[in-house]
Amino acid sequence: MSRWILHVDMNNFYASVECMFNPALKDVPMVVGGDEQARHGIVLSKNEIAKTRYGIQTGEVLWKVRQRCPHILVVQPDMEKYLKISRMAMEIYGEYSDRVESFGLDEAWIDTTHFGKKDSVHVADALREKIRKELGVTASVGVSFNKIFAKLGSDMKKPDATTVLSEENYRNLVWPQPVSSLLFVGRATEKRLSRLGIETIGDLACYEKALLRTSLGKWGEILWSYANGLDCTPVAPKDIHDQIKSIGNSTTTPRDLRCEDDVKLVLYRLADQVAGRLRANGLCGSTICLSVRDCMLHTFERQCRVHYPTQLSGEIALAAFSLFRKNYNWQHPVRSVGIRITDFEENPNVQLDLFGCAYRRDRTIKLETTLDKIRNRFGNQILYRASMMTAPEITDIALHQEYTRTGI
Amino acid sequence: MKQIYVEVLAKHSREGEVEPLFILWEDGRRFCIDRVLDKRRRASLKVGGIGTRYTCVISGKKRYLFYEDDKWFVEGK
Ligand SMILES: [Mg+2]
Repeated sequence: MSRWILHVDMNNFYASVECMFNPALKDVPMVVGGDEQARHGIVLSKNEIAKTRYGIQTGEVLWKVRQRCPHILVVQPDMEKYLKISRMAMEIYGEYSDRVESFGLDEAWIDTTHFGKKDSVHVADALREKIRKELGVTASVGVSFNKIFAKLGSDMKKPDATTVLSEENYRNLVWPQPVSSLLFVGRATEKRLSRLGIETIGDLACYEKALLRTSLGKWGEILWSYANGLDCTPVAPKDIHDQIKSIGNSTTTPRDLRCEDDVKLVLYRLADQVAGRLRANGLCGSTICLSVRDCMLHTFERQCRVHYPTQLSGEIALAAFSLFRKNYNWQHPVRSVGIRITDFEENPNVQLDLFGCAYRRDRTIKLETTLDKIRNRFGNQILYRASMMTAPEITDIALHQEYTRTGI
Repeated sequence: MKQIYVEVLAKHSREGEVEPLFILWEDGRRFCIDRVLDKRRRASLKVGGIGTRYTCVISGKKRYLFYEDDKWFVEGK
């Protein structure tokens, strides 16, 4: 059965978002650019005027742009804004499919096989309208039966257009395009193909597959299948991009920490919180990261792997504390510390230790899970380690929670 | 043309719905929102910005009121 896949590409993304927030920017040549102080500041994105009237391109160095267009307006990138709009776009895509795979902030594939061909095109048009009205930017959409052609389609008509590349028309529309317009064909591959006399996607598609393999290896074969519309990689399901990548807590204590005991107390407190959140998400992690900032505001981060994936506060605290002892020289008191866990596994199979440690671990897991339940019911402060009472001025603290997620 | 940020009195329901009731103008005037005709996510193509756009009827006239993150604005001239 034929698949239907959309590739949505929001046009001139950074610049368009800036123009959406400040429409006056639409009427002047404007680019979003990297650090101007550094001589190597470059154009990250340009608006329509900069592009059509001055031929400014993404990746150009700013000082060269200024030679051509002295009154160009350079806006510093504001990733928060772009992330926000990107997230909203993903929400919109999610209304149409549970297979949505982002590709950078401004691009995504959406599997719309369940709509069929005709309605997939309608969805593409509906998405463009929604993006224009709700997000205030424009998008180009490619509709095709594989991801590679869908991506190519979104590049063919810009801005705010839908391009359909079907089994019936791809030879006419895709094959005349230069090979470099194929996803993953960079300059190096382009050169190697050119040496074989391959300039267009059609040249590549009609080339002897075995010969391609000889000169480019497995990669040659893959490219050949792309050119013939045979790419069959699926659109990753949405959840994969929403998975939590790390969980951490950090704190700046009311007074600086002056000795190892101080640090140990705070680390236990942090570990309790982190472990509780790991258990709440059903996760175990095998890498423990410790971050420390001293009162001179120097920061360092160290990490280590533990034996087996853990969600236990004792194990996490111990690992963090030994990282601290190994790496801190006490030139200055400590201002803030943080613990972060990564490399997650769900329901890991714990192997039995030679000396039956797994049994004791089992009991600790039960104990900590019970603590979670009590804290959930009566609040975090209802139960804490007795050691915390020795220095309430540093342990009775607000913890700053951090999550990082994969994708956006 | 730009956003004019305004103070708003609103009702936050148990279900998390937000319904603006009054707009408090800078000079002390207070405008009653007679009804909300429509509520949807929109970018303001006129003055920029993005949020939940409420189509309000105020003294018989239709006006857009935007709720952007945690601030309210109307479209200025
Ligand atoms: Mg783009």
